[in-house]
Amino acid sequence: MEPDATSPSASESNFGHRHLLGTEGLSRSDVSQILDLSDQYVEQNRQVDKKAGVLRGRTLINLFFENSTRTRTSFELAGKRLGGDVINMSVSTSSIKKGETLIDTAMTLNAMHPDVLVVRHGDSGAVQLLAEKVNCAVINAGDGSHEHPTQALLDALTIRRRKGHLEGLNVAICGDVTHSRVARSNIYLLNTMGARVRVVAPPTLLPTYVERLGVEVHHDLRDGLTDCDIVMMLRLQTERMQGSFVPSMREYFYFHGLDYDKLAAAKPDALIMHPGPMNRGVEIDSEVADDIDRSAIHEQVEMGVAVRMACLDLLVRNQTAPWGLNR
Amino acid sequence: MTGGTSQRPQVFRNARLLDPANGVDETGSVLVDEAGKIAAIGRDVVVDPIQQDIAAVDCQGQLLIPGLVDMRVYSREPGDEHMETLKSLSRSAIAGGVTSLACMPNTDPVIDDVSLLQFIQRRAQSVGLVNIHAYAAATKGLHGRELTEYGLLAENGAVGFTDGNRTLANPLVLRRALSYASLFKRPIIQHPEEPTLAHDGVMNEGEVATRLGLAGIPAKAEVMIIERDLHLVEITNGRYHVANISTAEGIAAIRRAKANGLAVTCDTAPHYFALNDGAVTDYRTFAKVSPPLRAEADRLAVIDGLSDGTIDAIASDHAPHSQDSKRLPFAQAETGVVGLETLLPLTLELVHRGDVSLATAIAALTAGPAKILGLSAGRLKVGDDADLTLVNLNHAGRIDVANFRSKSKNSPFNGRPIEGRVLRTVRAGVLVYDRLADARLAEA
Repeated sequence: MEPDATSPSASESNFGHRHLLGTEGLSRSDVSQILDLSDQYVEQNRQVDKKAGVLRGRTLINLFFENSTRTRTSFELAGKRLGGDVINMSVSTSSIKKGETLIDTAMTLNAMHPDVLVVRHGDSGAVQLLAEKVNCAVINAGDGSHEHPTQALLDALTIRRRKGHLEGLNVAICGDVTHSRVARSNIYLLNTMGARVRVVAPPTLLPTYVERLGVEVHHDLRDGLTDCDIVMMLRLQTERMQGSFVPSMREYFYFHGLDYDKLAAAKPDALIMHPGPMNRGVEIDSEVADDIDRSAIHEQVEMGVAVRMACLDLLVRNQTAPWGLNR
Repeated sequence: MTGGTSQRPQVFRNARLLDPANGVDETGSVLVDEAGKIAAIGRDVVVDPIQQDIAAVDCQGQLLIPGLVDMRVYSREPGDEHMETLKSLSRSAIAGGVTSLACMPNTDPVIDDVSLLQFIQRRAQSVGLVNIHAYAAATKGLHGRELTEYGLLAENGAVGFTDGNRTLANPLVLRRALSYASLFKRPIIQHPEEPTLAHDGVMNEGEVATRLGLAGIPAKAEVMIIERDLHLVEITNGRYHVANISTAEGIAAIRRAKANGLAVTCDTAPHYFALNDGAVTDYRTFAKVSPPLRAEADRLAVIDGLSDGTIDAIASDHAPHSQDSKRLPFAQAETGVVGLETLLPLTLELVHRGDVSLATAIAALTAGPAKILGLSAGRLKVGDDADLTLVNLNHAGRIDVANFRSKSKNSPFNGRPIEGRVLRTVRAGVLVYDRLADARLAEA
């Protein structure tokens, strides 16, 4: 299929994936391709006319089994700026409660011939299960504690634009790694791109054998931040804290919350990132979060739309056969 | 088909007789009388079929073993007959060479009362293909609090007491269960998993769980329960049996306890020696079992435990599930695999690889479990019912769930190459399964 004339990328597409389910399994050139295209969409999004036509005539369904405002809005904007028809479905309140299974839902939507399904689900592996049952492209917008690939990609884009490269950077991922899909996706992607990744958290918030994912393990935030180029803070997901992983929020902030004092261990130009939404005074001090010189938190949100446009563009370009012939 | 009072005597000739209970491994014959009982065994059995009007079966040198004894199956009847009935279960059993099995009490309603136990026995009688035994719940409703009527249940045929795949977690309750059950010489069967430590875990804790973002269950959850329980065995003199042992340390604890003379036994299931936790990569819910599939070192320890006799029995842990309960995100899917029809071939893998001797492997499928449950089965003995399984040890094929007689197809072994299969199953002298007839039926 010819690349759409309105697509900012003139290069031939060789993105060989039907779905985007995780960053584990993406190659260095896959990631570079997504980031290069994202850079072009960042520029386009800063123009007065933000519209492109690569998704014209295509249908994107945002299928969210978990509440989300940011990610869903970001995908919705991305789809609309590419000229696609976007539908939002929140399933947590409707059919699942009536006993319909995930696969039933997938099959029902599949019969409506969407081109892309963007799926968030509270269970690890649920998006992959759904992807096996549908004919369209599926983007994982977060599954349980497993992966959230577009978040890792937008983080990489933010870093690359600020630092010029990813290779060789020291990146500290700090906080609730056990329950974090953002952490896993970032670990896989950053390792693929040649960064050096550390995780920093109390042992109760680190999964067993996390070092086998190719990370250095620290339990003290100051130690972990020493000589860091990038400080990624994770949200302490209170809704997932069913056991007592940490005794109290104030104790957590005292030892593991990012403030200027602990940040002093990192490089002077270290960039502070957070996937949002932030718990101010829990994992991050308000002052640090709002420091426009150090914090890239709002930039991450901007990059999110561009990265999602790039992912949609690449996946849709890959769909060579029209509906009906593909089955 | 229920083994009529009178039938023509039969002789199974030219068979490789293997009976680990009696240390027999020789070429010979088994003579079965009019009542379906074993009348004579061995190389010295000489009969003249024509003269004596005896039906002769030429076994052509194939392996003839006691009918297999499966000490743990979930029947799903009563309550979940869409997954399995005692009839479909029995058909699955005979296709797997199993002639005696023991059903878990985890049905709906729970088998925790004499009348319910009798219901199972009546249904088993009317199906009549295999010897169906039943456990009774160790505690009322499987709630882990009040003991059921062990004495009355034992008198009505309960072969042991267990809460099935729920751990008897309260040490005081377990102490009393062990102590009281010892009066009736019945074992307490424990599911070894400390539930508060396992918490919301859905697979083995380790690298695979970390990568998949699934909550893990540490191997120590099993070890702790076994080690704790062994202290209770010491102070009660009860008979204690660990089901589905799956960890190196748990097996080591049982090995030590046996060396110290405690009355403890344990079993494992084929998935614990045929698979490790890598099998759930890609969120394969068909490989979701409880306790979870463990690390490779644990799998190897299970094989060692079988080889040196620490593990007394191999049970299928047959747990039928409908597609609806397995085609779900991993954390939501039910645990368990259908196992009756893969029990023997998966066990024979160990023999063909040279990990376990044939006699030891067959003992774990016959004499081992029969002894634990006190059954007159799993051996070739004059006067016992003629429960026999004829096996082609070397037939090469593949597991195909489409051919399963079970109503459910939830097996992680579909497509696995196997060596060895059941040719015939005889229960109380009656041919209840014949592979050739089965194959012809499939073609028709």
